[in-house]
Amino acid sequence: MRSMRAAAAAALIVSLTACGGATSGAGEDEPSSGAKGTVNLAINPWVGYEANAAVIAYLLEKKMGYTVEKKELKEEIAWQGFETGEVDAIVENWGHPDLKKTYIEDKKVAVEVGPTGNQGVIGWYVPEWMTQQYPDITDYKSLNKYANLFKTSESKGKGQFLAGDPSFVTNDEALVTNLKLNYTVVYSGSEAAIIKAAQQATAQKKPLLFYFYEPQWLFAQEKYVRVKLPAYSEGCDADLKKVACDYPDYVLDKIASKKFADTGGAAYQFIKNFTWTNDDQNLVSDYLTNQGMSADQAAEKWVNEHEATWKPWIPA
Amino acid sequence: MAPMIAVTDLWKVFGPRAGRIVGTPLADLPRAELRARTGCLAAVRDVSFDVEPGEVFVVMGLSGSGKSTLVRCLTRLIEPTSGEISIGGEPVRAMGPKRLRDLRRRQVAMVFQHFGLLPHRQVLDNVAYGLEIQGVPRAERHRKAGEVLALVGLDGHEHQYPDQLSGGMQQRVGLARALAADPEVLLFDEPFSALDPLIRRDMQAEVRRLHAEVGKTLVFITHDLAEALTLGDRIAVLRDGELVQVGTPEDLVGAPADSYVADFVRDVPRSDVLTLRWIMRDPGPDELCEDEPLSHRTVIRDAVHRVMRAERPIPVVDGDRRLGVIDADRMLAALVSHHRQVPA
Amino acid sequence: MTATSPPAVLRVTAAALVDATRRRGFWTRTVAAVLIVATVVAYLIFRTDGAADSDDAAAFRFFDSVRDWVDANRDTSPFFLYGVNYVRLGVRLLVDAVQAVLLGLGFAGLVAAVSAIGLVFAGWRTGLLAFGGFLAFGVLGLWEQSVDTLVLTVSAVLLSVLIGVPLGVLAARVRWVGATLRPVLDVMQIMPTFAYLAPMTLLFLIGEPAAVIATMIYAVPATIRITALGISEVPPTAVEAATALGSTRWQLLSKVRLPMARTTIVLAVNQTIMLALSMVVITALIDAPGLGQNIVNALQRVNVGAAFDAGVAIVILAVVLDRITTNAARRTRVHQNRRRRAIVAGGAIVAVIAAALITINPDRLPGYTFAEPVNDLVGWIELHWYDVTEGLKNGISAGILDPLETVLVTTPWWLFVLVVAAFGTLVSGWRAAGLAALAAAGIAGLGLWQHSMQTLATVLVAIALTMVIGVATGAFCARHDRLATAIRPVLDAAQTMPSFVYLLPAVALFGASRFTAIVAAVIFAVPPVVRLVERGLRDVPATVVEAATSAGSTPRQLLWKVQLPMARGGLLLAANQGIVMVLAMVVVGGLVGAGALGYDVVAGFSQRELFGEGLAAGLAIVLLGILLDRLTQGFHDSKGPRR
Ligand SMILES: Nc1ncnc2c1ncn2[C@@H]1O[C@H](COP(=O)(O)OP(=O)(O)O)[C@@H](O)[C@H]1O
Ligand SMILES: [Mg+2]
Repeated sequence: MRSMRAAAAAALIVSLTACGGATSGAGEDEPSSGAKGTVNLAINPWVGYEANAAVIAYLLEKKMGYTVEKKELKEEIAWQGFETGEVDAIVENWGHPDLKKTYIEDKKVAVEVGPTGNQGVIGWYVPEWMTQQYPDITDYKSLNKYANLFKTSESKGKGQFLAGDPSFVTNDEALVTNLKLNYTVVYSGSEAAIIKAAQQATAQKKPLLFYFYEPQWLFAQEKYVRVKLPAYSEGCDADLKKVACDYPDYVLDKIASKKFADTGGAAYQFIKNFTWTNDDQNLVSDYLTNQGMSADQAAEKWVNEHEATWKPWIPA
Repeated sequence: MAPMIAVTDLWKVFGPRAGRIVGTPLADLPRAELRARTGCLAAVRDVSFDVEPGEVFVVMGLSGSGKSTLVRCLTRLIEPTSGEISIGGEPVRAMGPKRLRDLRRRQVAMVFQHFGLLPHRQVLDNVAYGLEIQGVPRAERHRKAGEVLALVGLDGHEHQYPDQLSGGMQQRVGLARALAADPEVLLFDEPFSALDPLIRRDMQAEVRRLHAEVGKTLVFITHDLAEALTLGDRIAVLRDGELVQVGTPEDLVGAPADSYVADFVRDVPRSDVLTLRWIMRDPGPDELCEDEPLSHRTVIRDAVHRVMRAERPIPVVDGDRRLGVIDADRMLAALVSHHRQVPA
Repeated sequence: MTATSPPAVLRVTAAALVDATRRRGFWTRTVAAVLIVATVVAYLIFRTDGAADSDDAAAFRFFDSVRDWVDANRDTSPFFLYGVNYVRLGVRLLVDAVQAVLLGLGFAGLVAAVSAIGLVFAGWRTGLLAFGGFLAFGVLGLWEQSVDTLVLTVSAVLLSVLIGVPLGVLAARVRWVGATLRPVLDVMQIMPTFAYLAPMTLLFLIGEPAAVIATMIYAVPATIRITALGISEVPPTAVEAATALGSTRWQLLSKVRLPMARTTIVLAVNQTIMLALSMVVITALIDAPGLGQNIVNALQRVNVGAAFDAGVAIVILAVVLDRITTNAARRTRVHQNRRRRAIVAGGAIVAVIAAALITINPDRLPGYTFAEPVNDLVGWIELHWYDVTEGLKNGISAGILDPLETVLVTTPWWLFVLVVAAFGTLVSGWRAAGLAALAAAGIAGLGLWQHSMQTLATVLVAIALTMVIGVATGAFCARHDRLATAIRPVLDAAQTMPSFVYLLPAVALFGASRFTAIVAAVIFAVPPVVRLVERGLRDVPATVVEAATSAGSTPRQLLWKVQLPMARGGLLLAANQGIVMVLAMVVVGGLVGAGALGYDVVAGFSQRELFGEGLAAGLAIVLLGILLDRLTQGFHDSKGPRR
């Protein structure tokens, strides 16, 4: 198979030379055509996304006979994958109007495939015990008063605001500046690191102000309270450097490469049909994170228990 | 007969812009001063000599006197600065790269002090290397290499690697490699200096034997006078890049051109090198002589016995011509004296 | 009378020597003191308030516009259509071909093939090691990932050899090529892996081709350098002899130089493989498949156990490849019976073909994973050592790191440049100092002054810790043979582990902080430092040690007054090596909260708006590397013996 592809690609080189150069996608895997092929799923680095991908991959493989390749990619890089043909679909996208403009409108290598059914919330959070001890802490205006509580080795004498993966959608640094908060943004590097810090903050009653989001399984176990920032209004985040308002609510959606949309057949249709609730996702995330299940095990368990939810996704 | 090798006014100057030296007053400066003034080193200065076909021509000198440079100039392993060289009547300096390679492949081969064998090749393939690069087919070159190896007494070692052989044997491989392409001229650059004295003597004997058997023209570099005397038909003495004297061993020992050469040959037992020619005298008028003459080529030592026991002087002849006579007095003087001798 | 017994003589001579050095050192010391005072005064007068970097520097905008141009022209500009895209396509073909071969063999076939290669080229022990090692991938449940990593590594090594060996030969044979390549290779070798991921994705997009090219760029300097060394070390006598026999230049190369340098060239391949392997893992960040994905994944989940399995697989792969190539190199020196070898090779090929026909599913092997015990251990440490780790982190951060960072950040850039130039001249000569000062000025020009100085502070603290630990351990090893023997395999394994892996235990213990990066950097850089220090100490001539001992030195005095001063060359070399490695690791630490330049780079290739800043940060890292390298390299060059 592979060698045939190599030969084909060699032939491609020759023919390309004849008719004017190689485009950036030349020689890449053809995306799965109508036949039972391979679906390349990007895996973005948070567990909610993995839950979506786990169930989608499980159903594609076990119920529909496809092969699924999962690729651990950060969001931006996953979008690049539409261009190169490395990625067929992203199954939980948080906004990214700029990427949509580049890849969907300008380059026309990707298409929107509709919402996942999940409502996305991004915000600043503190552990619940803090709201009891410092009732006004949930208002951003009083954050400066408590900055001392949040000092750490990394916060340069100010309060620490703990952010996640550098690739996540964030306005935090601009918010800190524009709201004149006496805080330093420190990037923990990953969702898992935030979760760990949050759990520690609850268990050991340590102060923590952090970037977090829903859907998120952790909320099912422990309580965290959102800090009120100036309310979001349409367009208040247009200039990323001047943002001084809270994050909007997101309708999380799915994106596919243009090629996959055109030739993906049943697999594409299936992904298009996929929608579920935050609770569904949190359940699978919980299996993944806390029950020590692999993606396949978690998906299998959920699929066995929720036939009614997924049956309609499978195209007739 | 035309000389096999003819060298005329050869210069080799190492250093920055070496070409500017020759032909100017700078060229007359002594080596050290030239070096201090220009940073250039005249390794070979204005050297001329001829080597006859079949001759063993030895170049001798102290270390650093330019011997290696001189011999490398002959096939332009070192590019001469000026002068003429011809081998087999053909000017070497006019040769293009291709012709030069051909000269090195077929006409002139060289044996090196440090052997220069290829450690990754078996002995047989080392010897066949020269033929291999000429494009000789494998079977053919292996046959030829085998023959040459037998000639130097290494049969049975074909499939060993150089580092499995002793130094002497390695140099035999070097010798075989040089002989493999059947060249007219063999150049030796101190081939036996790195060997133990006993082995060195064996190897010298080997070279003499080979010379007798295959009769090639040999240019042999050495810093060892004894070696020069045993091997050389003629010896050239080099000092600081200049030729001081060219002559037969007898010439050198009997009539050193200057104190440098004299120093060199001081410890040589004359009676071992000089012939009767150097100590004979003219016969007195009507002097009675022995009947049986001695050849003027007889080395003194070999004549001691007869001369001392003879009652009368013995005539010294060159063929039929009588050159002089030798008697016990003369003989005794030669055996004890260290005076400078002048040929009659 | 024996007034001057040998020790007395020695003492007198030593005293005289010390005196002479003192007198020579006097001026340097005075100048240094004046400079220090001047620096402090200038700092106090001119210090700034260390403003944060703007996020809109000219350099960022420039890089953004480059990105935009590339994006707009990727499928239209001839530069891409006929250049870059073909490179990408060609590399893609190479990867596919390698993959076809390795996958085509199947599990049993590949295990057999690698064992056979080990057996034929490196002896039966190595064959056995290869067999066990590759089986272990199956047991760990990481077969596919390991093969993916192997595919990328082999492709990158093939490319490196294809490009590096000819260049190495040229560098050794053609003076101007060598002279041109030297500074380029210098820069390539101090360039932290992280810095060129973004430019790679810009040119070659993401995926295997970009990963292979990035890996090749990382590994090829070693190929070139070592090949050049091998070629230039070929004894001139053999070359002369071959010339005298009438060899052409090509014959000299193919029949004399290359064969005679082959041991060294195999070693070059060995080094290339090791470097490639550590880089291939990092390219998981730009969508390269393989074990790197497991590590990235584990890092995202802060799951030390999961990373441990992948780390073990990487070390096994590294050890197998290393043993095969080093033993193969050793064997090139031994003459073997050709016939026997042909028989063994023939047998091996038959066995491999037979094995390739068997289908074994590696998933059905009995499995084992270290994840649970390792996670349990980490959990236990987290629980019980929390105060210790926290105290350590806070102590070092507040006590050393923060003050240093404050001083550096509030130093005006021109003063920093001047100080680098002045002290650089003093310790390393004006050439190195000039280059270092230029690099410093360049950093300022990129508009990332604050971040650069923060990174520099972290690097300095990490290198100080590395040197303290490394020198202590090295000195200890040099004096206790048994310890040295025991520690050597640990150092071996540590050096084959890709830098990435070290982040995990550090994150688990210290959370997201600069100190985490420092810990990872120390773990990463200490092994080579220990090596160099130990070697430096052991290289101190036995006669000197003997003389000092006979003069009545205690072991302590011996170490401090004789061995360490005499091993200075080794120590400085260690510092130089260490600092480059520390920088690389501190930057990777941007992934886990170390912030500053490393974060900028990560953010740059994960967020579109930050691309320009990320690329500028990458460049700043390179400049920082040049600065640190020139200062320390110049140091041991100017004082120690020339290399
Ligand atoms: N390539 C070179 N460059 C500069 N000087 C050289 C070179 N080769 C030889 N010399 C110098 O030329 C002189 C003669 O050297 P050489 O011919 O090797 O002497 P010999 O073989 O008689 O010992 C020596 O002083 C040597 O240092
Ligand atoms: Mg010589």
